[in-house]
This record gives sequence, structure tokens and C-alpha cells, in this order.
Amino acid sequence: MTAVSTTGHGMSARLDAPAQGALGVSLLAAGALFIAAPVLALLARALFDGSGEFVGFGNFSAYFAAPALTDSAVRSLRLSAIAAAITVALAYGYAYGLTLTQMRHKTFFRAAALLPLLAPSLLMAISLVYLFGHQGLLKDWLGRPIYGELGIVVGSVLWTFPHALLILIASLSAIDARLVEAARTMGASPWDVFRTVMLPASRYGVAMAFAVVFVLVITDFGVPKVIGGQANVLATDLYKQVVGLQNFAMGAVVGAVLLAPAIGAFFIERHLRRRQASAFGARAVPYMPEPWALRDRLFWGYCALVSALLVGVLAMAVYASFVRLWPYDLSLSLRNYDFDQMDGGGWITFWNSLRLSFGTALAGTVLAFLTAWFVVKPRRFGALRDAVNLLATVPLAVPGLALGLGYIMFFNAPSNPLSGLYATMTILVVCTVVHFFSVAHLTLVTALSQLDREFEFVAESLGVPFWQTLARVHLPVVLPALLEVAGYFFVNAMTTVSAVVFLYAPHTQLASVAVLNMDDAGDIAPAAAMAVLIFVTAALVRLGFMAVERWALTRTNRWRLR
Amino acid sequence: MFHRIHRAMASVALAAALLPLAALAQGKTELLVYTALEADQIKAYQEAFEKDHPNVSLKFVRDSTGIVTAKLLAEKANPQADVVWGLAATSLMLLDREGMLMPYAPKNLAAIKPTMRDARNPPTWVGMDVWSSAICFNTVEAGKKNLPKPATWEDLTKPVYRGAITMPHPASSGTGYLMVSAWLQMMGEQKGWAFMDALHQNMGVYTHSGSKPCRQAGAGEFPIGLSFEYRANKTKKDGAPIDIVLPAEGLGWDMEATAILKTTKRPEAAKLLADWATSRKANELYAKNFAIVALPGVQEKLQFIDADIEKMLVKNDFGWAAANRDRILAEWSRRYEAKAEKR
Repeated sequence: MTAVSTTGHGMSARLDAPAQGALGVSLLAAGALFIAAPVLALLARALFDGSGEFVGFGNFSAYFAAPALTDSAVRSLRLSAIAAAITVALAYGYAYGLTLTQMRHKTFFRAAALLPLLAPSLLMAISLVYLFGHQGLLKDWLGRPIYGELGIVVGSVLWTFPHALLILIASLSAIDARLVEAARTMGASPWDVFRTVMLPASRYGVAMAFAVVFVLVITDFGVPKVIGGQANVLATDLYKQVVGLQNFAMGAVVGAVLLAPAIGAFFIERHLRRRQASAFGARAVPYMPEPWALRDRLFWGYCALVSALLVGVLAMAVYASFVRLWPYDLSLSLRNYDFDQMDGGGWITFWNSLRLSFGTALAGTVLAFLTAWFVVKPRRFGALRDAVNLLATVPLAVPGLALGLGYIMFFNAPSNPLSGLYATMTILVVCTVVHFFSVAHLTLVTALSQLDREFEFVAESLGVPFWQTLARVHLPVVLPALLEVAGYFFVNAMTTVSAVVFLYAPHTQLASVAVLNMDDAGDIAPAAAMAVLIFVTAALVRLGFMAVERWALTRTNRWRLR
Repeated sequence: MFHRIHRAMASVALAAALLPLAALAQGKTELLVYTALEADQIKAYQEAFEKDHPNVSLKFVRDSTGIVTAKLLAEKANPQADVVWGLAATSLMLLDREGMLMPYAPKNLAAIKPTMRDARNPPTWVGMDVWSSAICFNTVEAGKKNLPKPATWEDLTKPVYRGAITMPHPASSGTGYLMVSAWLQMMGEQKGWAFMDALHQNMGVYTHSGSKPCRQAGAGEFPIGLSFEYRANKTKKDGAPIDIVLPAEGLGWDMEATAILKTTKRPEAAKLLADWATSRKANELYAKNFAIVALPGVQEKLQFIDADIEKMLVKNDFGWAAANRDRILAEWSRRYEAKAEKR
């Protein structure tokens, strides 16, 4: 009996190489088709004029000759840099409080600061209109209208704050306790310890957070659309060129111009990540701060202030969504939730968004797992694995707007046999999976790399086929990370506007796009209502995933405790 | 409450799943209609049509004029729409120039006002109604800020209105473009641009949609919104404290019109819709929203709009407005987008 089954294993294990090779080739093909081809289609389109005539870099020189457009490019760079600097500075103090002090209520502060991740970037901007617009609750505080560059900076800081925070937390928690000890024994004051140990150790984190926020801001068009007033930026230009002026060639040029900072930041970040990894030896000891009343209270106060700001701005939008007719009739009603009576698409957009989010979470998680597994585990196919890994990280450098535009250009060409996908829910799912693929991929690569290779060696020598090891060992071990990734896909699919805004069709209109369209039509209260609905849904689903994760951890990962 | 939501969810999901099946089972034809009609108008039009033609069901793609036009042009190689119902005539003329429209004479064509259709026989597009510019003026905010009520376009250039005015961006909004085109035709190019230069000094924001300026005026966000008469009438009906001003020099206007895409795979059903869109019944529905419709004799007075609005329309050369669209928008962008923030 035993002998028979061992032989059985041996036979299927012999199929390992072809099966793995087939998996790798399919992944590579999918990546070429759904990641590389649309981006190349976008770049190619930038080289042709409206009638399909090849003009080389003619479009680019026309672009840089138009003062309106170069103006926006300069403003985009400036505002993104300012917003990134402010965000990183604010988040640094907050992350410091969460990691290097013993202040109270850390769990609460962390959760509160991450809330903006659950809402479309538009929500913060809409809130700002209610707070500081001409009829805003606090309009006298500011002394000038919020519309314009000021609004873009404030709105961007609010929604990118958690992104910077997460990077800085990771960076600050990696501080080596031995260095702190050494500094202290040498008689360094707390300020000196901060200056000579914490600050240098976190400099990569700071630079990384800056690069990430910079790209988020320069490629976001929700905030400038709602609150930018007359201040045009690259992202709104792209939207206008395509949907307003019907100029796809010029839209492609702006898309290509947007690619530049994103790609730059991508390489800077990769470089920094390596430097940071090598700066921390394997023997680093995590630093456990001891209580210190004065410092802990100061940071508690700071975190309370910042989280009150974030929660307060969100709460304003929730309140405004229930007000009947701002600012003349402040009685509460559900009128703004009657989406079927407004421009924007109605309630069906919400159900569509749910379908998109579940589809993206499912397809994205499965694909990301297979990709990460293929990149990390097999011992053959070196070149193929490198190629797949490279393709999987490309989306990190492609802004959503550029990706969406590339998708139209590639998939709506009648010569493309896949043009049947255009205007379906499938293409929205595919595009959204691609848009958010890199972070998921990197998360799972990290999770899979934690598992010692010896498991595979043992399994292999016992003749267990790779897919059994995959299902019985790898899958349970990375289950928490998988749930994390699924939640990440879900929330982003729910809140994203940028890539899908060019791709939705009548029966696949989305809630996040409806927010944009309702705000566009001047129905700002219903726009707030829909954004609140998205926020609440994303929050509930996140909580659900957390519960499942906790349950799964106790069920499958008891070995970690031993 | 939760139960109701749950049940609503289930029934929506069920309906979404069953609709196409039901349509198949009954041999229904589904038409994809692109439109720039307001969302709050579409429902009534759709229900009335589907009641008369139970074998045809309509699916709508709705957006601003500029966006719908852009979408149609973008999809030129692989058009999705069967019919365009409710898009600016100037936009349809652009599509016509690209050879995308099917010439067709709907049943009721003879009765339609000759000024409200493509002049050729058979025409590629037929008008439905006229929509024209109107100013929404918030009386509460004006009282607080001591703003006098404007009576003319020229009034809007007075320094007292600095930062108090919004208008739609002419590239994305049909309402925006019809104003710009009317000013240029009415005042002549030189004076027209000079007027817009002065108006630009007072502009708070250029919005993306033609409705937003009036909505914002209604909410007091910017007290004066350059918009169109349907939205003005509706906003006042919704209870916003606004007066509607029709400037004395004359109103810019465009037509909403219907056309069939040459590439439609359902020409029979598309013709049914084109016929119906010119019918008396359809015109009666248009008349609930617009003061001037294509069929003589069904006009109805809008609650808050002067009855003689038709006399206030400027002379409008559609051929000129369509042919010069790209040039005008480029010039507009050169003048007002580059220096927008530097005032």
C-alpha cells in the first residue's frame, strides 16, 4: 500500500518540471498581454496624430510648446513635492509615536490614521469643500477660499497620510536596539540618540515615503478635480485632453509624461529598499522603548491632534451626506442617497463596484499567489522567473490613468482578437488586478520567502509533487498574507477611479466613478453620500477579513507559537 | 431596515441576472443609446418609449456633451452605440463629418420645424428641443455681499462680481460651448474674445458640467452660475434661493437631436426609436423640460422661465459652430487655461 502510493508520488513529481514550466510561460504570456502590451500601446499612440499619421516626437514638442500644458506640469511637480514633504513630516512624528514610545492607545491611533485608505481620494476633497468652501462650516478660519493649489495640497496630504505612515512605521520598527544601547552607554542625551541613531536609520524610510507620496499625488486626479479650482495639473489635463478635447494622441503624450516621475520614483524606491535591507544586519535586535512620561504624553497629544483632524474631516462628509440642502436647510434626510434620481448612474453602480471588488480580490489573490510562488520556489527556470518577477513589478511604475488609457488603445482596436473584452466587467477586473498587482506580489513574495527551503527539499526527496507541497505547506503558511492581499485588492477596487474612468461601460458603471460624475454635475451632497457608502463597505469588508485572518491564524498557524 | 436593504440587494442582483435572459426569452431587442440628456429626464422618456414598443429595451450611456462626443469619436473604429438620443447638434455634425451617421427620414419628419433638422434629405440627425443659456443668481448670498442682480452679459464683467461667477468649460460641456459660440457670433470675434477676457477676471471656477454652475449658485458656493434653462428651472423648483436671469443681449443655444449610428446591427429597432423620438408624444415629454421643442404647437411654459424665451435666442450658425469648434477651443484654452492661476 505504502509502496504503491510512493511510486504514485514519484510519477507525478516527475511531471513537476513541465507543469511548472507551463505555469511560468502562462504567467509570462498573461503579463505580456495585460501589462506590457497596453503600456506599449499608449507609448506608441503618443507618436501618431489624430488621423493615424506617424509624427515621431511631434506630439511631444507640441505639448511642450503649449504654455497651458507645461504650466500644469510644473505645478504638478511643485505641488506633489510640497504635499509629499508635509505628509512625510507629519507622518514621521506619528510613526515615531507608534513605534518608539510607550504612549497609550496605540492601537486606536494606528487604526484612526489608516481610515483614509478605505475611502476614495475624492471623499477628503469633498469634505474640504464642506469645511472650507465658500459655504463651509469653518470658512472664516482660512481667510481665503480653499479652491486651487491650497486645496490640492491639503486634500492630498489627508489622503496620502496613511501611505507614508505605513512605510515609516516599517522603517522605524527596524531600528537596532544595540545601537541605541551603545549610544546611551557612551552618555548620549535622548536628543543625541535621536540625531545619531534614529534619524540616520530611518533616512531610507523617509526618502521612500517621500517618493511614494510624490507619485500618488502627481498621478491622482480626484483631489484636483474636486477642489483644484483653476489650478490645472497633469492628471486633470490628461482627463480633459481625452474626454473633453477628444484628443487621444495628446492624452497619450500626457500619459507618457506622467510615466516619467512614476518610473523615476520606482527606481529610487527599489534602490533605497536594497540599501535599507543591507543597512540592517540579520542580527539586529528590535528596540523596545521604555516608558518616559513626558515624551509619551507629548506624542500622545500629537497623535490625538492628527487623528482628530483625519477623523473630523471624514465625519464632516458623513454629516453633509445626510443634510437636506446645504447650507440653507440643515435638516437631516436620506434624500442624497436616492442615487437613482441623480446623474452618475444610480444604485446599480454600487452593486457593480461590489462585483468588481469581489472579482478583483478573488482573481488578484489567486494570480498573485501563483506568481509569487513561481518567482520564489522552483529551482529551475532562472531567466523565466526573473522575467515574470520584472513584469509583476511594472504596474508599480504605471499610473492608473496611463494604464486605463493604454487599455482602451490596446483592447478597443478592432484588429485585436480580444476586443470583445472591451466594455465588459472582465476588462475592469483585469485592469484593476494589474493596477494593484505589484504590492500584492511583493507582499506574497516576502511571505513565501520566510518559509525555509528545507520543507521543499524534504517533500521533493519524498517524491511529493510540487502542487501538493504548494497546497499543504505553502498555502496555509501564507494564509494571513493572502487574506491581507485579498483585502487590499477589494478595498482598492472599491475606491479606485483613475484606471477605470476610461473603461467603464453602461452596464458596468462604478460607484467611485459615480462620485466623480455626481460632483461634476454639481450634485456634491449625493457624491459625498456615495463616497461614504464606499467607505463604510470597505471598512466592513476589511473588518470581515481581519476576523477571518484571526480565525485562520489560530487554526492553521499554531506551529508558529511553538 | 436591514431586512429591507437585504431584500432590495437580493432583488437587484436577481433582476440583474435575469434581465438579459428575460429579454432573450421574449425576443426583445436591446438598443444601446448614448445620451447627454439629464439623468432626471431619461427615466420618463425611456418608460414612455418602452411602453409603446415593448419589444425594444433601451440601455443608456449618459455623460456630459463633450464626454459623450469624445466617447463616440474614440470608439469610431469599433462603435458600441446604436442610437444617439439627446446630444448637441454641433456634436452630431462632427460625427457626421466622420461619416458615422446613417441618413434616415423618421416618420414624423414632415411636421418637424425645418430649422430643427439636418437640411439634407434624408437627414442624418433630427432635432428634439432647444436648450439655451440662463444665469442662476443666488439672492441670499447676493444680499450678504451686496451684489446687484445682473441684467446683461456685459454686466457680468463689472469688478463687483470678481470671483463670484462660474461657467462650464466649453471643451467638456455643451452648455459652455454654446455660450462661447454665441458670444463670438453675436459680438464678432474680436469683441467676443475681449468680453471673455473681462469675464475671465471675475470667474471663480470653470466647471466640467453645464449643470454644476447652477447647482453651485443654488448652494451659495458661487453666487452666480452660467448654466442652462432646464437646470435653472429645476434648481429653483428644488427650493434653492435663486433668481433666473435671461441676459438682454440674447441667449446662446444648441439643439438636442437624435441620430442613428451607421454601424448599428439593429437598424430596425433603431429606426423605431428615431421615429418615436420625433412623435407628438415624445415632444410633449420634451416640452416638460424645455421651452422650445421640434414639433410646432406642443410648447409648454416652464414654471420659472419667461414664455417668450424663443425670441431671445441669438442667430446661430450651426455649421460655423461645428466647423470652428477645434479652433475656438484651442484659442479659449490658450487664453484662459495658461494664466488661470496667475491673476
